[in-house]
Amino acid sequence: MTTRQFGSPVLRKEDPRLVTGNGRYLDDLGHDAWEAAFVRSPHAHARITDIDVDGAVEVEGVIAVYTHEDLDGPAGDRLPLLIPHPSIEAGRTGYALAKDEVNHVGEAIVMVVARDRYIAEDAAQRIVVSYDHLPPVVGIEKSRDGAELVHDDAPGNVAAHLLQEVGNVEAAMAKAPRTLTLDLEIERSACMPMEGKGVLAQWDSDEQRMRIHSSTQTSTGVRAAVAAKLQLPLAQVECIAPDVGGGFGVKIMHPWPEEVLVPWAARRLNHDVKWTEDRREHFTSSAHERGQLQQVTVGFDDDGRLLALDVKFWHDNGAYLPYGVIVPIITATQLLGPYKPQNYRVEFWSLYTNTVLVTPYRGAGRPQGCFAMERTMDAIAAELGIDRTEVRSRNFIQPEEMPYDQGLLFQDGRPLKYDSGDFPASLAKLKALVGWDDFTVYKEEAEAQGRKVGLGIGCYVEGTGVGPYEGGHVHVETSGRVNVATGLTTQGQGHQTILAQIVADELGVSIDDVHVTTGDTRRMPYAVGTFASRGAVMSGNAVALAARAVRAKALRIAADALEVAEEDLQIEDGTISVKGAPHASIALSTVAVMSNPLRYAFDESAKAATQFAGAFDPDKPPVADDDEPGLEGKDFYSPTQATFANGMHAAIVETDPITAEIKILRYCVIHDCGTVVNPMIVEGQVHGGVAQGVGGALYERMEYDETGQLLNASFMDFLIPYASEVPHIETDHLETPSPLNPLGVKGAGEAGTIPVSAVIASAIEDAEGFPIRSMPISPNELWDLRRHQAANPRSTNPRSSTTQESA
Amino acid sequence: MKPAPFVHHSPRTLDEAVAMLGDVGHDGKVLAGGQSLIPVLNMRLAQPAHLVDINRVAGLDTVTVSDDVVRVGATVRHASLEKNTEAYAVLPLLRQALRNVAHPAIRNRGTTVGSIAHADAAGEMPSIAVLTGAVIEVVGPAGRREVAAADFFEGPLMTVLEADELVEAVRFGRFAEGTRTAFLESARRHGDYALAGVGVAVDVEGQGGDAVVRGARAAYVSVTDVPVVVDLTEAVAGQPFSSAWDGVEDLVQAGIAPEADIHASSEYRRALAAELTRRALTTALSEVAS
Repeated sequence: MTTRQFGSPVLRKEDPRLVTGNGRYLDDLGHDAWEAAFVRSPHAHARITDIDVDGAVEVEGVIAVYTHEDLDGPAGDRLPLLIPHPSIEAGRTGYALAKDEVNHVGEAIVMVVARDRYIAEDAAQRIVVSYDHLPPVVGIEKSRDGAELVHDDAPGNVAAHLLQEVGNVEAAMAKAPRTLTLDLEIERSACMPMEGKGVLAQWDSDEQRMRIHSSTQTSTGVRAAVAAKLQLPLAQVECIAPDVGGGFGVKIMHPWPEEVLVPWAARRLNHDVKWTEDRREHFTSSAHERGQLQQVTVGFDDDGRLLALDVKFWHDNGAYLPYGVIVPIITATQLLGPYKPQNYRVEFWSLYTNTVLVTPYRGAGRPQGCFAMERTMDAIAAELGIDRTEVRSRNFIQPEEMPYDQGLLFQDGRPLKYDSGDFPASLAKLKALVGWDDFTVYKEEAEAQGRKVGLGIGCYVEGTGVGPYEGGHVHVETSGRVNVATGLTTQGQGHQTILAQIVADELGVSIDDVHVTTGDTRRMPYAVGTFASRGAVMSGNAVALAARAVRAKALRIAADALEVAEEDLQIEDGTISVKGAPHASIALSTVAVMSNPLRYAFDESAKAATQFAGAFDPDKPPVADDDEPGLEGKDFYSPTQATFANGMHAAIVETDPITAEIKILRYCVIHDCGTVVNPMIVEGQVHGGVAQGVGGALYERMEYDETGQLLNASFMDFLIPYASEVPHIETDHLETPSPLNPLGVKGAGEAGTIPVSAVIASAIEDAEGFPIRSMPISPNELWDLRRHQAANPRSTNPRSSTTQESA
Repeated sequence: MKPAPFVHHSPRTLDEAVAMLGDVGHDGKVLAGGQSLIPVLNMRLAQPAHLVDINRVAGLDTVTVSDDVVRVGATVRHASLEKNTEAYAVLPLLRQALRNVAHPAIRNRGTTVGSIAHADAAGEMPSIAVLTGAVIEVVGPAGRREVAAADFFEGPLMTVLEADELVEAVRFGRFAEGTRTAFLESARRHGDYALAGVGVAVDVEGQGGDAVVRGARAAYVSVTDVPVVVDLTEAVAGQPFSSAWDGVEDLVQAGIAPEADIHASSEYRRALAAELTRRALTTALSEVAS
């Protein structure tokens, strides 16, 4: 009897290799490659007046030095604006190497190729670039005032402006018995994968063929972009994502300048070329996220029911807009969480600043939206003196209202329509897990001992598994080995395991026989990429569909051989047998042999498939007209819309009454990602997500000074939480299967990250008794807030405006 | 992040090391544990032409406990000193402080003497050197000289060491019988450079219920340019062990001069230093009290 793998905490197939140091990351490849280093702008905004490379060319071991002038054809054109959108008013992208102007510290200006990276850096150091300084625009407030411009042709520094409205906010707000206005702020952070970006390009001049390895979240995207930039036939370009040491969003952006330049140089030099990003480059030349200023005005009744919600926010998109407005659109739409606002208007401005790009980072705009909505819920509760969970309950979409259409367009241009979820049940589970109703007593006891403790909560809904599609290819070899390929890439999520679980169940084989390949355009040329918590939803369903095709073919061949009806057959442990008559059986591997008629008997199993091996019908061709040789199947999963996961978190924090140090005492998570493929892996995803969320809530911020210098571009000063800063995470699951896909799954990858800043702010607010409107928060900032509060007991805090009651 | 070219020298004796350092002078740097120097080289913030690596110099890796001092050689790792039971028995402050030096992986490689020679104002061990009245044993082409810790530090990352000198060992002074010590610090993350830190040495006379506080001294991390000792005696002498130690505030504030950086303001560091001092006094006396 084959044990069902789906739903079991199967140990990760990839771990023995990865944890014993046998992973092959980008820098493990290409030992003989020449290596690249870059001269990058030390200034946030300047015109380049001269580049003197003479000193570099003299360095022993330097192969080539390139500036923008050297880039021929499309390689010298602007990089693409990957995701166009009607709201984009001034979409500006940079060049692979800066042309005339630099717009952020870290922008690449000169590429040096040398025998090794040491020499390349020695040479880069000797290149002299002269600049005329331009006024740097740093920070949302400076960008918003528009006095100085990042791009001369982007007035007001506005890259994009979007307004969406459902219902009539103005009228509903005017009639609302109560209103509140909150000014909120979220700082910049970044993905910070342990492995930075990296590219290895190998040009085969005989075959006129380019092989690229890139530490990417989309090998098909990189392949297509490089083919276009280098004007190569797509068929002559292949891209492989080797083991990737984390992505978290930054590697879905593509093509990075280096992904164009390294292949370009490899072809030009007819030699392997490699570039491995270092940490300093990652800080100033990759991408950040999160930074927003928000203003929320809410109208509600005396019971705390939402009547109207009016949100404006200003989103810092950095110097260029290559990834479009995905992040602010997600903020604008996912802000609503599990609630029914009745009337909702959201307006955002996506603004240029002279800082590095802003592209999606795990959560991708949702942490900001969740922060806005959840701070608002807490403010309503405080205003009315109602329990915070009660206010939330009264505004929940009810399970019987599913599917629920929020009336907005989501990031994929399709309706924001929730397919599933049971928010009251999730909240009940969360309250039980954290002991919500007992907390008042605990807090009183703590206060009697001179301790300050607080309880916080945050709820979110996450649109996961957006299209357009992913594919799966399943091939059974004559040995019984099952090869599975999907085109999206893996960065440690455990795809090798969960996709093998799915295929093992669908085919009735041992999971040990299933071998999964991801992110290799040679194996699956049609794919989109790994983002938006879509791996399990998209590739999971695609490989399931492909495996079902293989199963159908195997049963057809076996039914013919065993002379029984297909519906009487079953597959267990790799053997097809007649239900109720297990002695009448045939191995799946034998069916694989039979599926491929052969002329040549290269081994014993092949002999069974040759033309003289058995009886055949001389009137039929060896391969039927509507059939193909081999036991394999391919299929694609393409959903009509995203599937919506959700979750609710609660935390208990303690703040030191004197030093204002903040400690998370408990962290509880209720998580609904539909049907769970592997509960261990889902918990791991939640834990990792919460850890990153804790970073965003309490530690991480990009400290740009007013000139655009990033003051903390190292792991010494950019504070990622260590294991010692991450609390023990208590989790419980609720499974509301998605009706939208065959497996009933919803995405889990980003979930843990989304509500953490909202939850921690809520808990600190509860402990301190005054509003927290800006995150992250450090002990020093909390200490400052206390002093400000003591001096101005009726105000909120110095970094936001006041909470007002009107009407 | 690759260092600029340098010549690596690996002397086997102290004389060889001193001779090599004399040859390269201002173009050279001494490499011991490398936990500060190597990142600086990788980021090309310093580009010395020569590294004199003293890791293979014989005789520098010993800890010697004598009646008055704990002598720590130049290549003794933080972890090794931290785990040295003999040193702990006579000068517990060493272990109390060393536990706060970065993380175990860094303590396994970094040297206590190296951190003193590096003279980072955020380093724990320079403060311990001044609080214990340590003597720095310096060796150079002109021979040996000894410098009191109080005279060794000139500013952040600056000491009286000449370019061609190295520190052979540091002798930490043992406290008088009955001295109680504690070390506390507050960092943004476990193991980071402290926002503020303090080591205290409390002079206690008598035993059990008859014990009385005679005096106390404190040395600070991250809130002074160079490590200094602040004498708290006038605020603590004669106070009960259960004191809240509020009287130390003025003395602490007069003794420190914290600067702001991206992690904390000067005002916050002041408040933190004072509170840590109060808690360290309580911690130091907790054993006596119980």
